[in-house]
Amino acid sequence: MMRWLPENISTYGAEIDWLFYLIYYITGVTFILVAGAMIIFLVAYRHREGRRATYTHGNATLEIVWTIVPALILVILTFLSVPGWTRIKSRLPESDIHIRITAKQFNWEVTYPGPDGKFETEDDQTFDNEVHVPVGKPVILHLTSRDVIHSVFIPQARFKQDAVPGRVIHQWVEVTKPGKYEIPCAELCGFGHSGMKGFLFVHTAEEYQQWLKEKWPS
Amino acid sequence: MAHPAAATASAHDVHAHELGFVRTYIFSTDHKMIARQFLFLGLFMMVIGGLLALFLRWQLAWPETPVPLVGRLIWPDSEGVISPAVYNMMFTMHATIMIFFVIMPILAGAFGNFLIPLMVGARDMAFPRLNMLSFWAGALAGLLMLAGFFVEGGHAAAGWTSYAPLSAIPQYSGVNWGQNLWCISLFVLGVSSMMGSINYITTIVNMRAPGMTMFRMPLVIWAMFITAILLLLALPVLTSAVAMLLFDRVFGTNWFNPAGGGEPLLWQHLFWFFGHPEVYILILPAMGIASDVLSVFARKPIFGYRAMAFSIIGIAFLSWVVYGHHMFVSGMNPALGTSFMITTMVIAVPSAIKTFNWLGTLWGGNIRFTVPMLNGLAFVSMFVIGGLSGIFMASTPVDIFIQDTYFIVAHIHYVVFGGSIFGAFAGIYYWFPKMFGRMMNDTLGKLHFWPTFVFFNFVFFPMHILGVGGMMRRIYNPMQYEFLTWTEPWNIFISVSAFLLGLGQIPFVINFLWSLFKGPKAPLNPWSANTLEWTAPSPPPHGNWGAALPVVYRGPYEYSSPEVPEDYLPQTRRLTTAGASSRAH
Ligand code: HEM
Ligand SMILES: [Cu+2]
Ligand SMILES: [Cu+2]
Repeated sequence: MMRWLPENISTYGAEIDWLFYLIYYITGVTFILVAGAMIIFLVAYRHREGRRATYTHGNATLEIVWTIVPALILVILTFLSVPGWTRIKSRLPESDIHIRITAKQFNWEVTYPGPDGKFETEDDQTFDNEVHVPVGKPVILHLTSRDVIHSVFIPQARFKQDAVPGRVIHQWVEVTKPGKYEIPCAELCGFGHSGMKGFLFVHTAEEYQQWLKEKWPS
Repeated sequence: MAHPAAATASAHDVHAHELGFVRTYIFSTDHKMIARQFLFLGLFMMVIGGLLALFLRWQLAWPETPVPLVGRLIWPDSEGVISPAVYNMMFTMHATIMIFFVIMPILAGAFGNFLIPLMVGARDMAFPRLNMLSFWAGALAGLLMLAGFFVEGGHAAAGWTSYAPLSAIPQYSGVNWGQNLWCISLFVLGVSSMMGSINYITTIVNMRAPGMTMFRMPLVIWAMFITAILLLLALPVLTSAVAMLLFDRVFGTNWFNPAGGGEPLLWQHLFWFFGHPEVYILILPAMGIASDVLSVFARKPIFGYRAMAFSIIGIAFLSWVVYGHHMFVSGMNPALGTSFMITTMVIAVPSAIKTFNWLGTLWGGNIRFTVPMLNGLAFVSMFVIGGLSGIFMASTPVDIFIQDTYFIVAHIHYVVFGGSIFGAFAGIYYWFPKMFGRMMNDTLGKLHFWPTFVFFNFVFFPMHILGVGGMMRRIYNPMQYEFLTWTEPWNIFISVSAFLLGLGQIPFVINFLWSLFKGPKAPLNPWSANTLEWTAPSPPPHGNWGAALPVVYRGPYEYSSPEVPEDYLPQTRRLTTAGASSRAH
């Protein structure tokens, strides 16, 4: 399973991946130990005529140990998970790039506030299924939906957030590698759910300026 | 202690001979007949749920190609191709049927009904008529659910979780009566489970045989007891939620519709407040069955009986405060996410305790690899994988990526198939002799077990890899995405394995039906087990016991006790040597 995660292109992705691999190794070792013990017991204690099983109802010390050890590991995992979660989901960095993504059956409306930096003004522009961002800059996303719940998923950026009708959810992402990436919808939203797909265009700084000039001439 | 059931004993016996066909086989109030009815209902629905799964797998491996043989018959308009709308309907119904009409009827319905009175030493359930009503309400719910396949607009297609507003406003899914029937069916099922759980709890609390203290009950009864409490508290939440959803759909209320001032997340909170305890409703009885089966065939007392009972209680208690881990990226306040992560991590501890105690039970045993034991061992090892993959989702940052991918589908199946279904198979093979008075065939049993075990892993293990690679769940064609093109060979491998897994169930069907009518007559206690049900005739008559109720002298797991020369010591056997009968365990 080592290499199966898609390439990471966001600043917080590495933290998610690191936690993922940590849990992967912990659970992997646990599984090998448990399965190994089980196989050994099954072979060593298979039925033999005339032998009697050990008569025991348990062992308090053992039971305490195997309660405390997993509990400790889980406490540590919890502590390791909190900072990343808080950084990714509850703290918005400073940024002058705001993009509104409005999900609807079955595509993404992507709105830029234009040079004035304000939504709901003359210079707003909306694109279908195309999100353009510069590399290496935090971007604030305002997610909402017109009809049902959808979910913006950018696998390489380790970004996922439901877009819920009736509320605007503020999230952020900072991508580190130029390119074109798919944005599937991760929450069942009707018969067009599969294939509800947009694209994230990550531009270099110059390309991004170029794109802005093209879309907002003057 | 006065036992009301004892007083009516002779009345029961007399009745048994007077009942006609209808009262004996259809509208029976006998807990054993009701158990068989639940079992047949569950097995029948499993065929439908399983076939739906195979259609899903066909589509995922060979997207948009006509389904061979039956495709053109079922979907003539699309020349046998499964459309996206039909795909959504099928995974919705696959999951709904498997959870509500396969696992619940078999584990809680059939085994709960069959085992509780027999294992605690009662003549029947506390409220036999209510019990009968509970089955028939359940059967009606099943009928209503199946009816949805035939209504205009198709069946519910919003996932078994039916997130609003997709499920709440007919225009959004294009489904009208299918979703209404889904609501009504689950409403009726909620009523059924309410009647069942009241019966289980009352029977266990009030009708235990003399000497059967709570801590002399087999763990499977502990599991059923706690499951019944969860059912009693959790199902009404679902029942209310589906009623609200139905009101939104039919009467124009706006519980879940933001356009009318409603709140879509309210549905998720209600659904998962039911849904997480529900997961334990599905797994606890299987844990109980596995505990009993492992102890019997390892010929050893269960390791840490009290810790096992208390971890069942602990899991049930905690299951109420973890539900939010299904909603980490739903838009719920992230601070809540952190608190739900903490409780979720905590709930892993009792599961770990149980696993280690099962290992402890095997250690030093004298293990017989019978078919029930093989299924019990499969339960333990597969549940370990399902439990461990849960830790990935418990960690909030990792869940951001994993949520709604095939990793979840893998996890679900390791728990509900690797866990609950292997547990159900263990139970069926183990108690079949008592339930039907005949033995099942061992060779056919192994011919069923091994392909099931192997192909189960071939089907579901690679789904972890798909999920980690980012493949979303509930999509009907992964080939629509460039970043998923690499999944094609995996999807084909999984689907081929799924068809073989399906074929692997044929020996079970043959074995079950053949043994039902032609199997060799079962002796009283074919497995040399300790618990009370094995002291009743196979199958037990109406009223279960003769004139006197059994008297219990010890706990259920006295295998290989030094006090007797045999390697088992039934709960009812009285030892006359000094001190022997005073042993609590
Ligand atoms: C031959 C065996 C089975 C196969 C091949 C199979 C296949 C599948 C597939 C392909 C999905 C994913 C649908 C999607 O995301 O598009 C799924 C979902 C599911 N299955 Fe199964 N399944 C099998 C048995 C079972 C059993 C025995 C149970 C429960 C007892 C079960 C419960 C579920 C649940 C709860 C879901 C979640 C559906 C959702 O995402 O809403 N499955 N199954
Ligand atoms: Cu969508
Ligand atoms: Cu969607």
